[in-house]
Amino acid sequence: MAELALEGIEKAFGTTRALDRLDLDVADGELVVLLGPTGAGKTTTLRTVAGLDRPDAGRVLIGGVDVTSEPPAVRDVAFVFQQYSLYPHYTVFENLAFPLRSPLRRQSAAVIRERVETIARMLKIESKLQNRATRLSGGEMQRVALGRALVREPALFLMDEPLSSLDAKLRETLRVELKRIQQELGATILYVTHDQIEAMTLADRIGVLEQGRLLQIAPPREIYGRPANVDVARRLGSPPINLLPPQLLPDLEAPSATHVVGVRPEDLVLNGRGVASAITQVEHLGADTVVALEANEVRLHALVSGESRLETGTTIHFSVAPDAMLFFDADGRRLDGGGERA
Amino acid sequence: MSATAHSVIEPTARERRFAATLIVIYALVTMLPLVWIFMTSLKTPQDSISYPPKVVFGPTLEGYVNLFTTRTRQTPEYMASLPPPETWWDELVRSRNMVIAGPSKFGERFLNSVIIGFGSTFLTIFLGTLAAYAFSRFRVPLKDDLLFFILSTRMMPPVAVAIPIFLMYRQLGLSDTHLGMILLYTAVNLSLAVWLLKGFMDEIPREYEEAAMIDGYTRLQAFRKVVLPQATTGIAATAIFCLIFAWNEYAFALLLTSGTAQTAPPFIPTIIGEGGLDWPAVAAGATLFLLPVLVFTILLRKHLLRGITFGAVRK
Ligand SMILES: Nc1ncnc2c1ncn2[C@@H]1O[C@H](COP(=O)(O)OP(=O)(O)OP(=O)(O)O)[C@@H](O)[C@H]1O
Ligand SMILES: [Mg+2]
Repeated sequence: MAELALEGIEKAFGTTRALDRLDLDVADGELVVLLGPTGAGKTTTLRTVAGLDRPDAGRVLIGGVDVTSEPPAVRDVAFVFQQYSLYPHYTVFENLAFPLRSPLRRQSAAVIRERVETIARMLKIESKLQNRATRLSGGEMQRVALGRALVREPALFLMDEPLSSLDAKLRETLRVELKRIQQELGATILYVTHDQIEAMTLADRIGVLEQGRLLQIAPPREIYGRPANVDVARRLGSPPINLLPPQLLPDLEAPSATHVVGVRPEDLVLNGRGVASAITQVEHLGADTVVALEANEVRLHALVSGESRLETGTTIHFSVAPDAMLFFDADGRRLDGGGERA
Repeated sequence: MSATAHSVIEPTARERRFAATLIVIYALVTMLPLVWIFMTSLKTPQDSISYPPKVVFGPTLEGYVNLFTTRTRQTPEYMASLPPPETWWDELVRSRNMVIAGPSKFGERFLNSVIIGFGSTFLTIFLGTLAAYAFSRFRVPLKDDLLFFILSTRMMPPVAVAIPIFLMYRQLGLSDTHLGMILLYTAVNLSLAVWLLKGFMDEIPREYEEAAMIDGYTRLQAFRKVVLPQATTGIAATAIFCLIFAWNEYAFALLLTSGTAQTAPPFIPTIIGEGGLDWPAVAAGATLFLLPVLVFTILLRKHLLRGITFGAVRK
């Protein structure tokens, strides 16, 4: 395993700036998750690290060695693709054995068999080894794709939404499994996902990417509790963070530059005091209930635990604990003075 | 699908029967000339030109024997002096008061067709696959113009350039050589092959090669291990088109070959018997000439069908 460093990476496709002076470090044995809206440049970042895309400027260092102009084969990274990951003309076994049969590695047949079977057992696909890669369910395909990365012991794993086509249960199982494997191997992983539970549970640090720029990179709790700006704040949380005009909240003690106040839905207290609002919708999610409110033509969401007896159409008052508020200026930057809990 | 279930997209049993009837009728119409050629190849020279044409006749292999041999007519005294015939074909020829003088040129011409047809098909596919891959994957300067130029070489009938090629080949010493014919047919076929194959290559997601390159293979190794196996359908379909063209080509073969490298098409119509064309021998030559393409097509028919639908069924 090795550490990764991206230094001032720029990459444009025609007029699209996919990556814009991107700096990123992943320490040895660390799992960094990249989060970002579609088109943010997450896949491009991984492809640049792998050597599939040449950056227009900047350097890629793996294990301290500058590999910017090296071909993919010698970079010793494993890549789990967003789609089309398996070789359709091979069986599952051959797919898993493919990296080990590379001219760079030349493992003996016995070693390959042993290694492939171990991985297949770990991913619970040992009964499918002789299947054609195309004769698998989506979830099985994705596990084989993961397996193909895991059979090697590369310097670095790159994973582009590897669990995206799995059902919720399998996703959870594999997520836990992946974390265990990562800790066991001490693997360095750069991981892309849209799923915030995945991001929160897997990541040592989360990097939020938007329009090819890294907005913030920090441990999950800090990203959630002390986001650097509005865009980062919006990226995590479901339902998303409420962004309120300061005038809505009476007796607000906020920095003078405050333009927007951010409040997580779970930090809205529906206690019968404070701002009056109309309940427009009540959604029971099981353990929690999402309550949609409208106050002075501002729409907001509250998350309350348990099954609530609130009813649509009635009026309720809410308040916010001062230490749960996040203050943002006109440019969206977070101001000091809020988010003390994080 | 169960017998009672009715699917909106599946044709009904009646529609199927109707389609099958049409196909059978069409097949019969197109096969009739082939059947006629085959029948003629089994007739005697008299039967082959009798009017009205004979549908029922006593089959004989005389046409095939005449195709492969040259014969001389002899006096009855000489015939009587010969030892008894050793083989059935000797006997057949002697019954016409002739003896076999030696083998004909048909075997050689047929072999020339095989060498030139398959040789040019192989060369076309080899070059075409690499070119198509490059056009599909790399940033080639002026790519669209180059592709259009390649296609434009097929916009006139190839024979239109027969005279310049004839002169050029004479200068270069390529007239009547196997190499010359292979190069010529490759040049004609290559443009179509590049276009067809590029279409197939474009359909193979590049993620496969990229995955292979990350897995420790060079681009060329990835091409061989990952791209080629997935392109077999397209390659097979293209190969059949190329082979059929090269195999059946008549005009250039007539113009540029006369001896060493002459292929079967210009040779077959020149098979002369006593008193004009030996129609059963010509028909026998045509029948044998059809076989290789038939076999090749049947062997690759699964690929061909999928190839012609241009990946519509490929996932
Ligand atoms: N080969 C390419 N040619 C042209 N533009 C490209 C190419 N690859 C990516 N882009 C553009 O670069 C930007 C970043 O793309 P990228 O694939 O990295 O996004 P992403 O963050 O992975 O998105 P998603 O979450 O949808 O996968 C997008 O605007 C995309 O349209
Ligand atoms: Mg992507």
